[in-house]
Amino acid sequence: MTLAPNEHLPDQDRPPDVEPPPRVRRARAMPPWWFALPALVLFAFVVLVPSIRGVYYAFTDWDGLDPSFSFVGLDNFADMVRDPDAVQAIRHTLLIAVSITVIQNALGLLLALGVNSAIKSRNLLRVFLFAPAVITPIVTAYLWRNLLSPDGAVNSLLGAVGLDGWRQDWLGSPQVALWSVVGVIVWQFAGYSMVIFLAGLQSVPKEVHEAAAIDGAGPVRRFWSVTRPLLAPALTINLMLSIIGGIKLFDQVYALTGGGPGHATDTISTLIYKDAFTLGEFGYSIALAVVLTIIVAVVSAGQYLVLSRNERAAS
Amino acid sequence: MSRYRPRTLALELAMIAAALFVGFPVYVLVNLAVRPASDTSSPISPTTSPTLDNFSQAWQQGSLGGALGNSVLVTVCSVAVVLAVSSLAAYPLARVTARWSRGTYLLVLLGLVLPFQLASLPLYQTMRDLGLLGTPWALVLFYSGLQVPFTVFLYVGFLRALPRDFEDAALIDGCTPLQGFRHVVLPMLKPITVTALVLNTVAIWNDFFTPLLYLSGSAQQTMPVAIAGFVGQYVTDWNLIFAALVISILPVLLVYFLLQRSIINGFAGGLKG
Repeated sequence: MTLAPNEHLPDQDRPPDVEPPPRVRRARAMPPWWFALPALVLFAFVVLVPSIRGVYYAFTDWDGLDPSFSFVGLDNFADMVRDPDAVQAIRHTLLIAVSITVIQNALGLLLALGVNSAIKSRNLLRVFLFAPAVITPIVTAYLWRNLLSPDGAVNSLLGAVGLDGWRQDWLGSPQVALWSVVGVIVWQFAGYSMVIFLAGLQSVPKEVHEAAAIDGAGPVRRFWSVTRPLLAPALTINLMLSIIGGIKLFDQVYALTGGGPGHATDTISTLIYKDAFTLGEFGYSIALAVVLTIIVAVVSAGQYLVLSRNERAAS
Repeated sequence: MSRYRPRTLALELAMIAAALFVGFPVYVLVNLAVRPASDTSSPISPTTSPTLDNFSQAWQQGSLGGALGNSVLVTVCSVAVVLAVSSLAAYPLARVTARWSRGTYLLVLLGLVLPFQLASLPLYQTMRDLGLLGTPWALVLFYSGLQVPFTVFLYVGFLRALPRDFEDAALIDGCTPLQGFRHVVLPMLKPITVTALVLNTVAIWNDFFTPLLYLSGSAQQTMPVAIAGFVGQYVTDWNLIFAALVISILPVLLVYFLLQRSIINGFAGGLKG
């Protein structure tokens, strides 16, 4: 290794008779590699090795129990293309992920702008609006299952305010159920997006805003030209979190509809669970998990590229 | 901060309306949880003769005490392990500039993208072979590894922004690297440790898929699985179910309202990187 000449400079400050032992110099540059070992062993045991084994099982007909199983090549994936339930689940997964991402972040941004303003109740509202995000999703899903039932609170409320025409079986009707699931998730996590946007908003210096106001920029113009570029990092995080969370969605669908009515709300995750543990089609179910992984990887890589370009353009 | 104008008042009212909208389900939850089964009026009309019977019944019949204990055990052990191994691992991964360090870090970050469904199905078999299925230790082991990528990511981001002068001084003064980590680096990591603690606790406490798989059929449930079992068993008795739901969210909400400032900052700040 060659050292740049100025790396010797600090030595000039030392008394000339004290020569630092070279070992110390190396130690200060590098904490030992084995510090990473415990975390790596756990990570390899729990995530890496099982994931690699999972990819292998995706090409077999293993039922999860029988030690004798055979390699079936791409059969599982070919079956998937012919399986209307699987195709539908993939479509639902993408539809849910995109809708959640758009609606949750739009609402989150509006709420963040609201609680970042001069209103008196802003601190209380921040705490209150974020609260649903810390509650166990399976619990909020059961709560909503009752609220959205035909004689539940949502229909009662609609009746009470004279919107009887809007009453319906929110989770029992195939056309509506998927959107009810989206609504419940947005209800739970809009506050989550809000908090991240709020953190971004608070990094916008007040002086810049005031200068723009003095220059005659209205609130919309100020938001678009001053706030929006500075919100880019918060937007990146929010979009990544909500779309990946939406793609992996399991708990809420399981508790709200169990994938029904029929298969109207099945996602890749609920189908993986059903195929593996109620049908014993372990190999097929893992093949679905591989497809899920590919979707997550492609979406997050694409999103990362687009958003990091936007962030650079905005800064 | 600008002056309080009529427009601000309108905004204030709109925001309060939004908050009431968000709070409406919680009102119904509590309203039905304190309602005797004989009362069949509309779920939105206030309960006339509230009772606490549902709570004691749900507590006993759902064995929620045991589930609460299991959830606490699993969460505390997993979070302790994850924070310890991840902070230790982040130190060389953030500081060493060699190729192995960069490669290892990227490998760990890959774990952020892999959906847990992919790993947890094959791991199910390993856990069964190890005889860990149906015990909380399977979950502790699972979360200890699963949460490593995210936690290492938080720590490395934070460490890279910290000056290294203190560590260098400690090492020159004769500390071993481990002593330097323990007495110099770890104290400086405190803000991000609080964030990582909160985020991991919420994620592990709330998880449902893995305990559903690994604990199915055993008496040792975590809270989300116990609640799912309870709902399945008392399908039609929603007053009882709602009482169980209230019991299960009370600890979470209590902790949240006590620590809300650092939790909200942790969520925002930790994710900001």
